[in-house]
Amino acid sequence: MMSCSDAILAYGLRAIGIGERLLPKHDIGLCEQVVLIGSGLIWNIYFAFFALLLGFFLATAIALAKASDRWWLRKPAEWFIFLFRGSPLFIQFFFAYELFVLLPKVGIDIPLGFTTITVETRWLTRAWLGALIVLFLNTSAYAAEIFHGALRAIPKGDIEAADAYGLSGWRRFRRIIWPTMLRLAWPSYTNEAIFLTHATTLVFFSSFPAWRQEGDALYYASYFAEKTFNPFVSYPIVAVYFIVLTLTIIFLFGRINRRLNRHLPRAERARLRIRPRLLR
Amino acid sequence: MFSFCTDPATLPDWQWWACYLTTGKHLAFYASFGTVLLLLALAAPAALALGLVGALAARSPNPLLAWPGKLYTSMVRGVPDIIFFLFVPLALDQLFEIVRHKIKCPDWGQPIWQGNDFVVCPAAKLPLSSAPQWVHEVYGFTLALIAFAIVFGAFAANTLKGAMDAVPKGQIEAAEAYGFSRGQIIRRILLPQMWIYALPGLGNLWQILIKATPLLFLLGVEDVVYWAKELGASKTSAFAYPHPDWRLWYFLALLVWYLGLTKISEAVFARLNARVSRGIVTVNGGNGA
Repeated sequence: MMSCSDAILAYGLRAIGIGERLLPKHDIGLCEQVVLIGSGLIWNIYFAFFALLLGFFLATAIALAKASDRWWLRKPAEWFIFLFRGSPLFIQFFFAYELFVLLPKVGIDIPLGFTTITVETRWLTRAWLGALIVLFLNTSAYAAEIFHGALRAIPKGDIEAADAYGLSGWRRFRRIIWPTMLRLAWPSYTNEAIFLTHATTLVFFSSFPAWRQEGDALYYASYFAEKTFNPFVSYPIVAVYFIVLTLTIIFLFGRINRRLNRHLPRAERARLRIRPRLLR
Repeated sequence: MFSFCTDPATLPDWQWWACYLTTGKHLAFYASFGTVLLLLALAAPAALALGLVGALAARSPNPLLAWPGKLYTSMVRGVPDIIFFLFVPLALDQLFEIVRHKIKCPDWGQPIWQGNDFVVCPAAKLPLSSAPQWVHEVYGFTLALIAFAIVFGAFAANTLKGAMDAVPKGQIEAAEAYGFSRGQIIRRILLPQMWIYALPGLGNLWQILIKATPLLFLLGVEDVVYWAKELGASKTSAFAYPHPDWRLWYFLALLVWYLGLTKISEAVFARLNARVSRGIVTVNGGNGA
């Protein structure tokens, strides 16, 4: 059994490969569990942050494509949304992993002017890239559906007013349509962000291997449950971590929501209502 | 399966495929789709029942009922469901074994948790180590089913509570004015009227339940994912039907199957919704929330 400060030094950053090489095996104390599971949370935050950040832009593009009059824009967008919303994320992970494994192992040089970076396709079979791509596409599809619904709910008067002011094209989108779409979609989008964050726990339970036992919070929680034959300690720990993470997301998105609604009278502002929509 | 399947190495193409796709393991693979459908068929009503109890408890004026009800409905909001799927079967298994241990082996004398081990007397093991294989499988499936029922019960409780709150107040007040008791109001006014408000949410929940079924694999049940991995893995020439890594195609088949399943249920719920909405005016003009 280690002291708590030792546990923090040894396992605080274990999930990204810094610290003790071996995971605790015998005499597992509470501190080791809290620290190691907490370090696994780095991965959950990493996946959620980048998937949401990148997915936000793709989702906007797909929502616009789905709302388009041109069939060659609308149809691919509809199919993309159907494909990722209609099938389980778990199966998507398995499928994508097998696809990435079969890709030829090559390095692609990307010249950046001052330097050249080599992108290797074998990185796709690693969780940090491969699983991130799946999560990114998945959240893009869910968010695109939310944004599309919001696009259709934009009051006609707003757009007519924009036309009357002589706004059109990109400026009309940037100044009128996009902010209104975000404002209307934000409560649902907050929900999506929460459940995407929850879905990041699936990564290391699908095919993606936890390289050098560097896994996420649930990976370590189930490791401890297996090692100690006691699920009543490690799972509640990871549950508490996720409750805190969820509350943080609600807080951050609530701030953005306030900003999006700041021009409205208080009574008309959209309130965040967290509705569970669990597994995808 | 077929009479010509005795020596697969010499078969022409179509016969090879006919034989390959009807091996014993492939039949088990097809049967595992039935396992998924069976889970859906059993988990949905169980979750609905738990959800009904949870929603009624959460709305109860009695705090002893309301507090557990509210805790139950809110437990899935902050915590990923996958944690529950991993936790519940393991926890239930241990609870069952501890209870049996206390009853069957009162004189055991040793602690159950010894360091990193969980030890109960052999007679308390579930299922008994002498039990046949199918008992182990049924037991594992049942634990998974309970986990699904608990998690989706919490989600259904959320939906049903919202639907009960959406029943117009005037209906309840009219029933009170007629002297209905609380139980009568629930049975005769609240429950019959709430379905129309609950249906869109329940349809959504059903889709989510479908998409959660591959998690059976995590619970050690030999489901579609297990067989896809097993059958797709590359087979050397030591096997009767050697082939390279085909897991991609097996998972593609699963993907298509799930897409079909969600598509069909979407259509069914749309029809159902249109049917029950006939003649009922809701805020959205009959489409529910």
